[in-house]
Amino acid sequence: MKVSVNNTTHDLTGMDPSTPLLWVLRDHLNLVGTKFGCGISQCGACTVLIDDTAVKSCIYPISAVGDKDVTTIEGLASDDEELTPLQRAWVDVDVAQCGYCQAGQIMAAEALLRENSNPTDADIDTVLAGNLCRCGTYLRVREAVKVAAKHRS
Amino acid sequence: MTTLDYSDIGKVIPRVLREDETTPTAFTEPPPLVKLDRRQFLKLTGLVGGGLMLSFAPLRKVRAQDGTVFSPNVFVKIDAEGILLYAPNPEIGQGVKTSLPMMLAEELDVAWEDVRVVQAPIDSAFGRQFAGGSMSTLMSWEPLRAAGATARHMLLEAAAQKWQVSADTLSTQNSMIKHTSSAREISYRELAADAAKIAVPPRESIKFKDPKQYRLIGKRITGVDNDAIVRGKPLFGIDQILPGLRYAVYQKCPAIGGTVKSANLNEIKQMPGVLQAGVLAGTGNAMEVLPGVFIIAESTWAAFQAKRALQVEWDENNASKDSWSETVTQAKKLVEQAGNRTVDIGDVDTAFAANEKQAEGLYKYFFVSHAPLEPQNCTALFKDGELELWAPTQTPGWGMGPAASAAGIDRAKVKLNQLRCGGGFGRRLYNDFMCEAAVIAASVPGTPIKLQWTREDDISYDLFRGGGFHKLRGCVDEQGKIVGWHNRHATFTGDQGIGSGQFPMGMVDNLRVEHTGMDWKHRFGAWRAPGSNVFGFVLMSFVHELAHAGGRDHRDVLLEVLGEERQLHRGGMHTGRAAACVKLATEKAGWTNKKEGRGLGVAFYYSHAGHIAEVAEVSVGDVEGTVTNRQGESVQKRSLKVHKVTVAADVGPIINLSGAENQVQGSVVDGLSTMMDLAITFENGRVQETNFDKYRMLRMAETPEVDVHFIDTGEHSPTGLGEPAFPPLAPAVGNAIFDACGYRVRTLPISEEGFYLV
Repeated sequence: MKVSVNNTTHDLTGMDPSTPLLWVLRDHLNLVGTKFGCGISQCGACTVLIDDTAVKSCIYPISAVGDKDVTTIEGLASDDEELTPLQRAWVDVDVAQCGYCQAGQIMAAEALLRENSNPTDADIDTVLAGNLCRCGTYLRVREAVKVAAKHRS
Repeated sequence: MTTLDYSDIGKVIPRVLREDETTPTAFTEPPPLVKLDRRQFLKLTGLVGGGLMLSFAPLRKVRAQDGTVFSPNVFVKIDAEGILLYAPNPEIGQGVKTSLPMMLAEELDVAWEDVRVVQAPIDSAFGRQFAGGSMSTLMSWEPLRAAGATARHMLLEAAAQKWQVSADTLSTQNSMIKHTSSAREISYRELAADAAKIAVPPRESIKFKDPKQYRLIGKRITGVDNDAIVRGKPLFGIDQILPGLRYAVYQKCPAIGGTVKSANLNEIKQMPGVLQAGVLAGTGNAMEVLPGVFIIAESTWAAFQAKRALQVEWDENNASKDSWSETVTQAKKLVEQAGNRTVDIGDVDTAFAANEKQAEGLYKYFFVSHAPLEPQNCTALFKDGELELWAPTQTPGWGMGPAASAAGIDRAKVKLNQLRCGGGFGRRLYNDFMCEAAVIAASVPGTPIKLQWTREDDISYDLFRGGGFHKLRGCVDEQGKIVGWHNRHATFTGDQGIGSGQFPMGMVDNLRVEHTGMDWKHRFGAWRAPGSNVFGFVLMSFVHELAHAGGRDHRDVLLEVLGEERQLHRGGMHTGRAAACVKLATEKAGWTNKKEGRGLGVAFYYSHAGHIAEVAEVSVGDVEGTVTNRQGESVQKRSLKVHKVTVAADVGPIINLSGAENQVQGSVVDGLSTMMDLAITFENGRVQETNFDKYRMLRMAETPEVDVHFIDTGEHSPTGLGEPAFPPLAPAVGNAIFDACGYRVRTLPISEEGFYLV
């Protein structure tokens, strides 16, 4: 079994195919930017992209990835690269409080912006409804998505 | 058991500490402007026996071995490479990793872009390193400015010697020293080696900047970890990876107090990826390690799978039988009976006999969980009799002792690495997870383990905000002035009751408070704005009820209750600051110019040294039939839209405007989320809502607009904002609901009364 994450192919031979993608990322590939929050697809802290679609990796079995590409928060801009407009907006709007949910929020927003370059508040609210922020930074999340949309276009 | 008299500071104490407690089981807000004696202060902050320092250490000089690093104190390090500032306190989302170094940088007069901020190691030289009680800002204000100003003073002295001029003729700006008349300038970095040779001046000789000259304080500064956060860097406790790391889980009895009779350990050990499994008897202290079964595996997922397959037979003879439904029945009777009279001022009985205009209502609030988004975890390595911990904790210093004793070693043999916390809200004041990791690591010397709680563990074994019940009665005179107030309440023994200094102490002539404690086995803890987070709702809703009983405008009555400008309870709330907040919030919210179809509600609350008023603007839908609530009652179903919340806050000068606004917005969201639908119930000692499918927090679409205004009169020191914007939200919304539809909500969460948020 092989899986492509952030344009790198990893051999996962011998791994239990029912293992959720989240734990493969965190424990086996050392990609800890994707977070564990609830384990039942309720909080969205574990959101990653599979091709262009946002999924909750905590319930997504590794066997279901197939030949699709997984993108995690670490895959948006590598260490020596400049931040993407979405990440830049997040920094400038100063969205984060504790910061724990933010990778999931950003990945959900990334999926939205790939599909809809000029989302309304309602579009943003609908797509990001799956992502909890315990600190309550929703107003700034929404703002950052709008700023990013402007910069991407 | 020592009972303390807190009446003189006007604060609520969640719980009195036992003399022998080493782990802080209670936390309280700061007595900000009061000088307490050392012993009282230690008790208030839960430090009895903790061995931590009372105040900041003298600014210890740290000399570099090669003499090229300028480090006049532990907070500042300047060399030819750059300027390093240490953030002393744990970052839990309250923004102190940015705002505290801003204090240093302001007085040091460096350009913020030149600064690198690093989380300080755990060392008493950095002072009291904890995050709680919204105290970091106030605690740091003096010592951090002093540390920055001292360093600046020494740099000036070094330049003066270098150029053979008087230090008075030099100025600083943006990490540079200038001598205007000779047009010379030099950077701090270039001067570092020279400055390292200057003697540290006495504190008395150091002057602070005039606030008018501030270049950083009060500005919008983005978080120092923002870049790392948006790149998904390993910042948090849960992100720690060590070579050869193994993954541990720990299953405790679902009812607190249960012990292990037997478990299918042999079966568990045969499972794929499982390395070890065993029973822990616990340390006998429920705040440290409860009895249970640990499993160590090759991955988190293997450990979780094994935990799911684990079958434990528990001895529940001494376990909790706590039942919320039985408690509700009991409490409803108790608040009809006389309780322990904790306050009795004036003549309440005569006041009620003489004034016919009265109001009465039974207020109640359920338990809630902290539920920080990062479930509790701790990475630990026990090797050669020493323990190293990597922990997301609010109280690193307080956790090390219990962790050491749990592992059977001296505290001196423990090293703790403080990591960013994925939320705190009070949960991480308690270090049970750290103690568990210590014991498990000690059972496999040489192998690093990461203990990971599931979300279900995190909620089930939380230290909850307790529930409570208040029967309120009040009366107003012919002019509608509040003249009698009677609060008879039942809460849980070990949890907080209303303190004698609480509102409306000193504001209503005839006041009686009665309290009855109810038995409860499960654990309580400090939850964001302890005490205030529920009392604010009860008390500030009831002021509105009495305003209505007197036929008067709520804002007018609130200002009348606050009365003439004065400091209440020596060092606590100031009625003038309170009134200014009420006036500004109502003015900005359009109190006298309400939109058609909307309800407006106001509430003020003083907590954690913060004076904050909030006005909620809502609309309420028509009744849509009935719905059955958690208590099995049939209630009318209605929608609630919170359009906007206007906040006026006086917490003294704002350090970081961006962070401060974020805290207020977040507190409003948390306040609304918690009041709408958050409740923890227990049956047979077991928590019934253990994950986010049943514990439903607010989501983005339901977030109101939040309009934040800060008041700074220039007379006060800055105080914290992690907590005080929470308490006024629920009563402001409840009062707005009444204004919109005439229905009075008296239960938290208000979903119990049929409301749902749209």
